[in-house]
Amino acid sequence: MKVWKYGDNINTDMLFPGKYVYTCSTPEEIKPHLLEDLDSSFAKNVKEGDIIFAGKNFGCGSSREQPVVGLKAVGIKAVVAESFARIFYRSSINQGLLLIECPEAVKKYSEGDKVFLDFENGKISISNQTYSFPRLPKEILAIRDAGGLLPYTRKKLQNKK
Amino acid sequence: MNGTFAEKILAKYSGEKEVVPGQIVTVKPDHLLTHDNTAPIIQKITSELDKYGIFSKSLPIIALDHVIPAASEKIANNHKIIREFVKKHKIKHFFDVGFGICHQIMLERGLARPGKIILGSDSHTCSYGAVGAFSSGIDRTEAAALMLTGETWLKVPLSIKMILNGELQPVVSAKDLILHIIGDVSASGANYCSVEFHGDINQFPVDDRFTIANMGVEMGAKNAFFPTDNVTEKYLKSIGVSKSQYHPVNADKGAIYYKELEYDLSKIEPVVAMPHSVDNVKKITEVEGVEIQQFLIGTCTNGRLSDFKVAAEILRDKKIQPNVRLLILPSSRQVYIGTLKKGFIEIFIKAGGIILPPGCGPCLGAHQGVLAPQERCLSTSNRNFKGRMGCKDAEIYLASPATVAASAIYGEITDPRKEV
Repeated sequence: MKVWKYGDNINTDMLFPGKYVYTCSTPEEIKPHLLEDLDSSFAKNVKEGDIIFAGKNFGCGSSREQPVVGLKAVGIKAVVAESFARIFYRSSINQGLLLIECPEAVKKYSEGDKVFLDFENGKISISNQTYSFPRLPKEILAIRDAGGLLPYTRKKLQNKK
Repeated sequence: MNGTFAEKILAKYSGEKEVVPGQIVTVKPDHLLTHDNTAPIIQKITSELDKYGIFSKSLPIIALDHVIPAASEKIANNHKIIREFVKKHKIKHFFDVGFGICHQIMLERGLARPGKIILGSDSHTCSYGAVGAFSSGIDRTEAAALMLTGETWLKVPLSIKMILNGELQPVVSAKDLILHIIGDVSASGANYCSVEFHGDINQFPVDDRFTIANMGVEMGAKNAFFPTDNVTEKYLKSIGVSKSQYHPVNADKGAIYYKELEYDLSKIEPVVAMPHSVDNVKKITEVEGVEIQQFLIGTCTNGRLSDFKVAAEILRDKKIQPNVRLLILPSSRQVYIGTLKKGFIEIFIKAGGIILPPGCGPCLGAHQGVLAPQERCLSTSNRNFKGRMGCKDAEIYLASPATVAASAIYGEITDPRKEV
């Protein structure tokens, strides 16, 4: 497992350039351009189970879901950041990408540190130091547990019938 | 209940007596805005649309604006898919290529109104707080779910009150003000918050309020809001929306805000947001002389008649530098006609400008006006992220229409107070 570390205000253009927004929608179309203008080594080398650490306001900018769809598709286990921008945060709930807001963990982490995640109990450990992060409200967990917003919506529509 | 705007409107729409920040509520928005991204949205739910149909024909508002006229076969096909969807499901509000930018259409056609909730799969959906609506951006997947169910969850946000005191100096504009504010609070300074503007807001016509609310998301805001007042009413009346056709929601006097910030408008100066972040704001006097190759006046942020009036007065009988490009991007057909009638278009063309069709293309590097490596663009748009105008090795600077127009004459960042 590799940890990819980035700074503050990583915006949606860095995560997925705007010039591809209306030509790339499927995970396969998105993957090669992920983080293209931020870190050209990311798309080539990212592996399933990798984690991203970032600073404040991760995902700020556009209402662009390709970064979320792409990060989920390449198997990013979680994004740990000091804070997230709200559209990106909502979008991650909708796609089932796990986000962890934990400034202490981000500040503590340095390259090579071992990282252990325990979602159920809201804990993250960095080199034997454990931090807590807030759990999602139950209304939101229901979306996550259904596998994302569309599976959740399908279930809701079926139950209504 | 002594509520902020966000608390009051979310209580109203969720059927609760009162709500508190942090609470999750379910709401049925009045409208769902989508644009060129409607094609990938409906493709997510093709079988569900066949089985259950669309929630309501009047819920979606669809405008083709992002890559217009189509730049490739793929885009052309996307547009075609959207037109077929509109026809099949008898969508009431559809604006084909040429009507303009979705946000401007919402404003000038009176679709955005006081006391409404509007969600849209575009981050600048927050603009409609200019006319007293609660509006916010969502992603494509959520837009797809809304097409089917007509409802979604929202977290009641904390509210920030920004009190604007005094008057702006001549030449200093609403764009300078909002850039100044974003520079002050930072790109994450209003994250998850509802931002309300109070104080001496009477000096700001709806056009200016739209510029300010449009950029709310650039400080992380969920929504940005101007209370409904006589300025709002006058504007709505001018476009044929009478008082009986909307129900304003305003904050209570005793509302509790998470933060209150005051700004002395008389002290605001022309500013520029430097690459590559909207909150990297500098006074123009600190950055004069930076060479620029491309100038852009327009977009949903500053592409209205009042913006072009300011630019035309500066560019009248002037020529831009021969080695630069000036792009003029009206935000809608209606605005375009207005600029033609006033003679502004002729002024821009004679000065050396290029008129683009009303849409979004250059702002996000999707179509027209793409930059080359090491080039710089001075733009009235709302975002200057690295790579945004199609090239990661180019630089984007943001400023007011007056600053961009004055700078185009000299080919470098120029204080507009010298030209007016």
